[in-house]
Amino acid sequence: MSADHAVASHDTHTTSTGLSNVKLGMWLFLGSECLLFGGLISTYMLYRGRVGTGPTPMQVFDIPFTSVSSFVLLMSSLTMVLGVSAAHKGDDRNTYLWVAVTALLGATFVGGQVYEFTAFYNEGMGFTTSLFTSSFYVLTGFHGVHVTVGIIMLMSTLGIMKRSKVPGSKSETIEMLGLYWHFVDIVWIIIFTLIYLIPV
Amino acid sequence: MSTETTTHTEEHGMSNAGYVRIALILAAITALEVSTYYVDFGRLFMPALMIMMVVKFIMVVSYFMHLKFDNKLFSWIFYAGLILAIGVYCVALATFHFFS
Amino acid sequence: MAIIERPSVTTTPAVIAPATPSSSLGTLRRPVTTGGWKAWLFTVDHKKLGIMYMATALFFFIVGGLEAVLIRLQLAAPNGKVLNADLYNQMFTMHATTMVFLFVMPMAAGLANYFIPLQIGARDVAFPRINAFSFWALLFGGIFINLSWFLGGAADGGWFMYAPNSGPVFSPSHGIDFWALGLQITGISSLAGAVNLITTVLNMRAPGMKLMRMPVFTWLQLVVQFLLLFAVPVITVALFLLSFQRNFGATFFDVAAGADPLLWQHLFWIFGHPEVYILILPSFGIISEVLPVFARKPLFGYPFVVFSGAAIGFVGWGVWAHHMFASGLGPVSVAVFSIATMAIAVPTGVKIVNWTLTLWGGKLVYTAAMKFAIGLIVLFTIGGLSGVTHSVAPSDTQQTDTYYIVAHFHYVLFGGAIFGLFSGFYYWWPKVFGKLLNERLGSWNFWFMVIGMNMTFGPMHILGLQGQPRRMYQWTEARAGEGFFNLGFWNLIASIGSLVLTFGILLFLINVVITTRKGQVAPLDPWNARSLEWMTSNPPKEHNFDSIPTVHHLDEFFHRKYQEDANGVMQQVKTAEEVLKELEDNADAHIHMPSPSYWPIVLALGMPVLAFGVIYSIPVAIFGAVVILFGAYGWAIEPSTAPDDDIDPPTESGTSMGVAHVS
Repeated sequence: MSADHAVASHDTHTTSTGLSNVKLGMWLFLGSECLLFGGLISTYMLYRGRVGTGPTPMQVFDIPFTSVSSFVLLMSSLTMVLGVSAAHKGDDRNTYLWVAVTALLGATFVGGQVYEFTAFYNEGMGFTTSLFTSSFYVLTGFHGVHVTVGIIMLMSTLGIMKRSKVPGSKSETIEMLGLYWHFVDIVWIIIFTLIYLIPV
Repeated sequence: MSTETTTHTEEHGMSNAGYVRIALILAAITALEVSTYYVDFGRLFMPALMIMMVVKFIMVVSYFMHLKFDNKLFSWIFYAGLILAIGVYCVALATFHFFS
Repeated sequence: MAIIERPSVTTTPAVIAPATPSSSLGTLRRPVTTGGWKAWLFTVDHKKLGIMYMATALFFFIVGGLEAVLIRLQLAAPNGKVLNADLYNQMFTMHATTMVFLFVMPMAAGLANYFIPLQIGARDVAFPRINAFSFWALLFGGIFINLSWFLGGAADGGWFMYAPNSGPVFSPSHGIDFWALGLQITGISSLAGAVNLITTVLNMRAPGMKLMRMPVFTWLQLVVQFLLLFAVPVITVALFLLSFQRNFGATFFDVAAGADPLLWQHLFWIFGHPEVYILILPSFGIISEVLPVFARKPLFGYPFVVFSGAAIGFVGWGVWAHHMFASGLGPVSVAVFSIATMAIAVPTGVKIVNWTLTLWGGKLVYTAAMKFAIGLIVLFTIGGLSGVTHSVAPSDTQQTDTYYIVAHFHYVLFGGAIFGLFSGFYYWWPKVFGKLLNERLGSWNFWFMVIGMNMTFGPMHILGLQGQPRRMYQWTEARAGEGFFNLGFWNLIASIGSLVLTFGILLFLINVVITTRKGQVAPLDPWNARSLEWMTSNPPKEHNFDSIPTVHHLDEFFHRKYQEDANGVMQQVKTAEEVLKELEDNADAHIHMPSPSYWPIVLALGMPVLAFGVIYSIPVAIFGAVVILFGAYGWAIEPSTAPDDDIDPPTESGTSMGVAHVS
C-alpha cells in the first residue's frame, strides 16, 4: 500500500494523459469552433445567390485587394509560429518581436476588412440589402471579431510579459495564442476560397 | 544554447527554416489560387481550388499548429469537430438541393 | 474557506509571509474569506459550485413546474379562462425553455461538477475558475431570460422558435430577444463547462483510473460534454442569426425576402437532437450507479453500457431531421433520417437490457433511489417505444404537432431524465449534505410522482391520436368527441394528474426541509456503495481525499471492502471506515488547492449587461463589453493558485483579514 501512496503523492504538474490541461482545453475549444464557423459558412453558401435587387458578389468583390490581405494574414501565421518557437527557446527578445509583428499584420488585415466593408457599403451593399449581404457581413464580421480578439490578446500578453506578470508558463501562453491565431487563419483560408474565389 | 535548440526542434519537429519553407509553399499555393480567377481552368477549376484549399488548411494545421508532431489525442479532438461540421452541414445543405 | 490546506503540517501564521498581493490587480485583491456569503460568491470549489448549480436548477424546476400547472389548469375544461392566448403562448414556451435549459441541463451539470472529480479521484476540476464562471453565466443567463416576464412579456414562439413565429411580426415584444440572448449566455456556460469537464475526465484521473475503470456516470457525462462541445456552437449560430434578424433588420428566416425558414429548423435540430441525449444520458449514468449498488451486483455488461452510450452520442448526430418530417424535406431525406432514427433505438435498447439483467438475480433493496431508478427503466421504455413510432415517417406525419408528441417526450424526459435525477438526489444526498433523506417520505414522493406522471402524460397519447393539437390555448366541447375518446374526460384526467404530480414534488421539498432540520446523520457508507466518491467523508473535505487513491479495479471502493474467498464468494474484508482510515493515515503533506477569485463572477456579470444593451441601448452594451474586458484582464493576470505571499495569514479567530486595505 505504501508504495502506491508514494506514487499517488500529489503533483499538480502531472496529468493522466501527460498532456497539458490548457492545451487540451484549447484544442477542445477549437474543435467546437469548427461547428460555429461551419454554420456561418453554410448559411452564406445557401444565401450567396439571393441578392434581390442588390449587388451580386461578383460585382462588389475586389479580388486583388482581398488576395493581398489574405496573404498578409497567411504571413502573420508564419510570424506567429516564429514567435512560439522563440518563446520555447526562452528567447524573450525574438518572442516580443515576432508577436508584435503578428499583431501588426493582424491589424493590417482588420484594417483592410474595414476598408473593404466601407467600399462595399458605398457601392450600395448595406447589411440588410439582401440575404447575400447579411450572411456575408455576419460571416466575415465574425471572423474579423475573432482576429480582433486575437490582436487584443497578443498585445495584452506583450504588455503583461513586459511587467513579467504572466502566471504559469510564458511559452505555453504564447503557444496557446498561436493555436488560436492559426485557427483564425485556417478559417480565412476556407472563407477566401469558398466565398471570394468561387463565382456565384 | 545549441543543445537546447536541438531538443526543441525534436520536440516540435520543425526548425525556423522549416517554418519559412512551409510559408513559402503556402504563399505559392495562394498565388495559384488567385490565378484561377484570371486564367480559365475549365473543368479543373472547382476540384483544383478545393484541393488547394484543403492542402493549405492541412499544412497550417499540421505544421504551424504542430498537430503532426503532437499527441494524437489533439488530432482526434480537432478532426472530430471538423469532420462532424463538414458532415452535418453538407447533409443540411443537401436537403436544400444545394449540390444539385 | 481555507485557501491552502496543510493537514498534517502544523503551520503557525508567522511562517507565512505577510500579505503582499504582487500578482493581482491592486483594486480587487484576492478574496480570502473563509465563511459567510463571500465564501460562496468567490469560490472555485467544485463541490460548492455543484451545490449552487443544483440549487439554481431546483429553483427553476419549481418555476417551470408552476408554468406547467397553469397550462394544465387552462386545458382542464373547454374554453379555459385561466390564461389568455398570448399568455398561454408565453407559458408553454417558457415552461419548455426553463425545464430544458434551466433545470435538467444545470442539474446534470451540477451533479457532474460535484461527482466527476470525486469519482475519478481528483481534488478539483481542471479549470476551477472557468468552472465558477460557467455557474455564474448559467445563473445570470437564466435570470436574464426570465426578466422578460417583467419587461413586456416572455418569449412566445415555442421552445424551438420556428420562423415565422420568431419574427417581429408575430412576436413584437422583446421576449424572444431576451430568450435568444439569454440562451446565448447559458450556451457559453455549457461550452465552458464542456471544455472544463472533458479536460478533467481525461487529465485529472487518479493513478490507475483507466478510462475503462471509470464509473458509468462519469463515462456518460463525458459523452454528454462532447455532445455539448459540438452542439452548442450550432445553436449559437442559429441564435445569432435570429438576433441579427430581430435586432438589426436582417432577413435570414423571412420567406418574403427569399429566405429558407428551414435553415432555422436545420440549425436548431442539429443542436436539438444531440440536446435530447444531453438531457437523458446523465440520468442513464445515475441509474447505472444506483442499480448495481441496490441490486448488490456489479453492473451487467459495463463495456456495453459505456459503448452504447458513446454510440448514442455518435448516432445522435445523424437523426436531427426526424423532427422535420412534416416540413417537406423530400422522400430521400425522409427515408435516410427515418432509418437512422430506428437505428438509434438499438443502443438504447442495449442499455435497457443491461439494467434489467443487472437486477436479475440480485438481492434488491428498494430504497427511494432504487425505486426511481426502476421507474426510469419502465417509463423510459414506454417513451422510447412511442419514439420508435415517430421514426416511421408516415406515422409521424399524422402525429406531428399533436399531444401524442407531447406524451412521448414527457415520458422520456420526465419519466427518464427527471426520474433519474431524483434517483440521484436520494442516492447522493448523504454524500453532499451528510444526512439521509427520509426514506418513508421518499417512497410517498416516488409513488405520487409515478401516478401523477402517468395520469398526466398517459392520456396525452389518446388526446394526440384523437387529433388534439399542441399549443392550442383552448379546446371546445363541440369537437371533443364522445365515449372513451372524449377529449374533455382525458384533458381533465391529465390536469388532475398534474396536481398529483405537483404534490409528489412538494413531498420532495418537504423531505428536504425535514432532513435539513432533523434528518438522520448519514453513516460513512450508507448504501454499501461501489465507487470512489464514497471513499471519503460525508460531506467530503475541501480537498476531497487526504491521499489520492491508486485504482486497481472498476468499482474500486467495493473491491477494497470485499475480496473473493477460496470458494470464489465475495467476503467483506474491511469496513468503509477502515478503508478511509488507510487513506487518512497516508495523508499528503502539502495540498495546494486552487484559490478563490473575484474574476469569474465579474466576467459573467458583464454578459447580461451586454445582452441588455443589445436590446435597449448600445452604450449599455459597450459598458457590458468593458466589464467583460476588465474581468478578462484581472483573470489573465491572476495565477490560478495563489503563491503563498499573496494570501493574508489567518487571524486568530479563524477567519481572515478584510480585503479593504491595499498595500
